[in-house]
This record gives sequence, C-alpha cells and structure tokens, in this order.
Amino acid sequence: MQQLTEIRWHARAGQGAVTAAKLVAETALAADQFMQAMPEYGPERMGAPIKAFTRISPEPIDIHCNIEHPNVVIVLDDSLLDVVNVTEGLVDDGAVIVNTCTPPDAVKRALGLAEGVTVACVDASGIAVDTIKRDIPNTPMVGALAKVTGAVSLDSVKSLLVSTFGKKFGQDIIDANLASVDRAYEEVTVA
Amino acid sequence: MPVEHKTVAATGNNMVAEAMRQCAPDVVAAYPITPQTTIVEEFARYVAQGKVRTEYVTTESEHSAMSACIGASAAGARVMTATCGPGLAMMWEMLYIASGMRLPIVMLNTNRALSAPINIHCDHSDVMGARDAGWILLFAETAQEAYDNTIMSIRVAEDPDVLLPVMSCLDGFITTHSIDRAQTMDDESVGAFVGDYTPQNALLDADNPVSHGNFAGLGGPYFEFKRSQRIAMDRSKSVIERVGAEFAELSGRPFGLIETDMMDDAEVAIVVIGSSAGNVRHVAKQMRAEGVKAGLVKVRCFRPFPAAELAAALSGMKAVAVLDRSESFGAEGGPLFMETRSALYDLERRVPVVNYIYGLGGSDVRLDLIRSVYTDLSDIAAGGEVPAGLHYLGAR
Repeated sequence: MQQLTEIRWHARAGQGAVTAAKLVAETALAADQFMQAMPEYGPERMGAPIKAFTRISPEPIDIHCNIEHPNVVIVLDDSLLDVVNVTEGLVDDGAVIVNTCTPPDAVKRALGLAEGVTVACVDASGIAVDTIKRDIPNTPMVGALAKVTGAVSLDSVKSLLVSTFGKKFGQDIIDANLASVDRAYEEVTVA
Repeated sequence: MPVEHKTVAATGNNMVAEAMRQCAPDVVAAYPITPQTTIVEEFARYVAQGKVRTEYVTTESEHSAMSACIGASAAGARVMTATCGPGLAMMWEMLYIASGMRLPIVMLNTNRALSAPINIHCDHSDVMGARDAGWILLFAETAQEAYDNTIMSIRVAEDPDVLLPVMSCLDGFITTHSIDRAQTMDDESVGAFVGDYTPQNALLDADNPVSHGNFAGLGGPYFEFKRSQRIAMDRSKSVIERVGAEFAELSGRPFGLIETDMMDDAEVAIVVIGSSAGNVRHVAKQMRAEGVKAGLVKVRCFRPFPAAELAAALSGMKAVAVLDRSESFGAEGGPLFMETRSALYDLERRVPVVNYIYGLGGSDVRLDLIRSVYTDLSDIAAGGEVPAGLHYLGAR
C-alpha cells in the first residue's frame, strides 16, 4: 500500500459525505492505520455543493491542510460534474468514483481525464433506493471505494458498519446497508 | 494499576469533552459558540446521562458564563468552561477578574477569528488579544494534545504555587472538527492524576472567612497584587514542566514548553504554534531529503513565555522564521515574532528573524506556502538579504 492515500469527497449537503468520510477513516483505524476525516465547513444549505476529506496512512499523519492533490475523488452526485471542477489537482494515476448511471468511459471523456486516471461508476443512488429505501448513496460508495482502490477492505467496511450502526439502528437497517455495500462492490464498472 | 490506553477515532472537541468528564469539575458554566459548541453539547450530555457529577450552568452570554465560573471558583469549586473568538472577547472584563482573584479556572478555547468581516474559522486573534490577561496559555497541535493539555491544565491551575486560570487552546475546525487517531486513558488513571481539589481561600469555608476582589484603589495594594500575579506566572513555568513530565510518564507522550524537531543540526528553523506545526514538520522532512537542514520549534506554552528555551533552541540558526496566526496592527510584527525576537536579543551572535502572518480566518496553510518560507530562509542562510517588514503568507 502506498504511504498516504488522500480522498476528496464531493457531494450535495445532506447526501452523507461527511458520514462516509468518517466511516472510511474509522475503517482504516480498525485496520490499525492512521487517518483523518474532515469536512470543509461552509454554507450548510441542503443541496449545496460540499467537500469532505479523508486521509489514510500506515504512518502518523502530520499535515492538517485541505487535500489539494487527491489520489481518489468520490462524487456522490453526478449533477456536480458540470458545476464543480471535481478532478482539480487529481494525481496522474488517481481514481475518480462517481455515483451515476452513465458508463465510465463516457464520464472519462466528459471530464477530459488523462489515460492513467481510473474512472469508476456505480448507480449508488439506485442501489440505495433498492436496499436502504432512501437515496442516501454514501454507504454504497464506500463499497465501490473498497473495490476500486483497496484503500479499505470490503470485510472491514462491513464489520465497522455492524459495530457503529449496531448502536443506533435495528438489524433491518444494518442488513440494508450491508447489502448496499455488497451490491456497489459487485456492480461498480471501471474504465 | 497500569494505565489503560484506548485508541479512538475522535475530533479534538470529542477528546476535550472526554477529558473534561474525566477531570470531573464541580461546575461548568458555558455559552455555546461555533466551533466550541460540540464540546459543551457533549459535556452537557454527559451531565444529563449521569456520567459526570457536575453542576452545569447554561448562561445567556459569555460574560455571564465567566462571571458564574468566577463565583463558583471563589466559592471553592473546581470549575471548567469553553469558548472561542467573539465569546472570548465578550469575556474580556471577567478574564482579568479571574486571574486577579487567583482562581484556578480551566477554559478550553477553540481558536476562532474575530469579526469583521464575519468569520467562524481558525486564527489566534482571540487568544493573542487575551495574552496579557494573566492566564496561562497552552496550545495543542492535535486532538491528542488537546486532550493531554486539558488534563494537565487542571493540575497546573490548582497547584498552590500557581493558582492562576489556564486557557487551553486548540485550532477551530482544523483540530476541533477533524477526526483524528488519538488515545484516551482510563477514568481512574486520569482521576488519580488530577487528584481531588483542595480549594485555597474558599468563600464557603466559613471557619476561615475571606473576601475576594476587594477595592484596592489609590494607596491600596493593587500594585502589589499585580506583582504577585507576575511572580505566580513566572513560578508556573517550572510547575508546568513538572506536571508535563509526570503526565509524560503516565501517557507515554512527552510534553515541553517548546518542542524541537530536527533541530540538532538545523541551520534554518520555523517557529510556530498550533495545528500548523504538523504542516511545517511534514515540509521540513521533505526539505531535509533535498539537502536543506530544516528544523522546527513548536511553542506549546505561550504564557509564561518560554524565552530562555527559545533562545537556547535557536541560538545557532543561520535564519529563523516566526509564523503568526494573528495580527498586531501597527506593531513590528505578530506577537509570537515580537516575543521570539526579543528572546534572542541577548544572544552573542545575532540571529536573523523574519515574520510571516498566515492563515487568518482559516485561510488554508498549504504545504507550498511552508516550503516558500524554508526557501526564503535558505536564501538568507546563503548570504541573501533579510527581507524587511512582515509578509502575508499566501494572501491573494
């Protein structure tokens, strides 16, 4: 695994990006990694474009600034692709994971991305509506992240969901979230 | 019993609220303000859940919050509170009363800019404005240090040789709201470390009646009271070091008034306070890989000011940069710069010191900005001119 993985989340306020950034960080901690997760605080209107950040490293993390050159960009809402420069500063061999029904090669062309960049797409909203019964695409996107980057493992994501959601929610909600992670892991397609 | 350490994913504010619960104050009086709010929310929840036996007083302003803290502390209670930025500014009058009455109140301050224009993000304008208020001032780089400083603050404040209020600072949002990996200690170990509070000169000690904050006007002992505060503040330095050493033994985490990094053979150094120290450390390591002998001095205690320690750490440097996250408009530079340069005045060899104002209102402290400071220092070290005046790092 590389030294430091930096993930930038793009979403609309209310889609659970901050929760997902935390979930990934906590999963990394459970695997004895060092991590940070932080929201970028701004106008917090529902639906406004927001960013959140996660860092994962096998070594202690010293830096406390925003992530400018992410290894991974995760977009929870494909309407942001026309609004925000989501791939700004992305490293040359980075990955972009988008919640969309559009195929990844089309997204890659539309974003004008270099050959070395991995683009992965999954209908996380569709999966969330099927499983969780609400359009909250954050947990399925973590499943896609596990598949595309290996920054966190599928098993560790699922066991953390059980332990953290288990304190607040019933078994049906936990099962729905686990199913959403599994499906996104299986259904994500890469270009 | 050995200390039980628990590794957690927590924000700085989570860690502070946990430390406050473990310190078990008798009274907390507070008014919520971003980015401090989650500290008092979480602490109030601990009270409501019966996880700590504290009288939690909700007040209608920060002026009232500090007033209630002063009353409770004078009565003989262990008292804690939290605020930031405009809230700290509103406490202004009462800050001096707390220190003048020698009340060992511990306050968390989640550094926030002062308006106008309105800004809720981090800088050190709030605490630096209060630097002459007679409070001991500690700073954290990380959520872990925020937890550690909170616990140490109780011991320092309540030490009979000190009896001064302590403000324990962590950077707003950057430290308060980021989830970080950190360790807590078990309740018993923290409880044993802070110990039970034995108040000095308590108003409720009816067998030994005293009065506090009396009129000391013309011809009264006001002047001498101020000198006694100065003596206590000077004395607090060795107490902070002693408590820090004891805490290090308990936690396994070293504490110093200043912390030096890569300074043994350094030629250029950056002096900094708070979360940005991590960014500086990261860049210093990169610079070293490129052959620049870069070092870092992090200031964890600003009052009492570690002048002798800074002079010793910086005496051999070819160039030093001081980063200030607050302004002192019209002054020679920011407060950390002025005091650091003054600390170096008596050295045999003159050390060139340059000042950068950075990160006001949460302006992002990018790594390339820190790199540009080390590059400037390398130029000076190589015989280049020392640029006059202060520099606004990264201002557009």
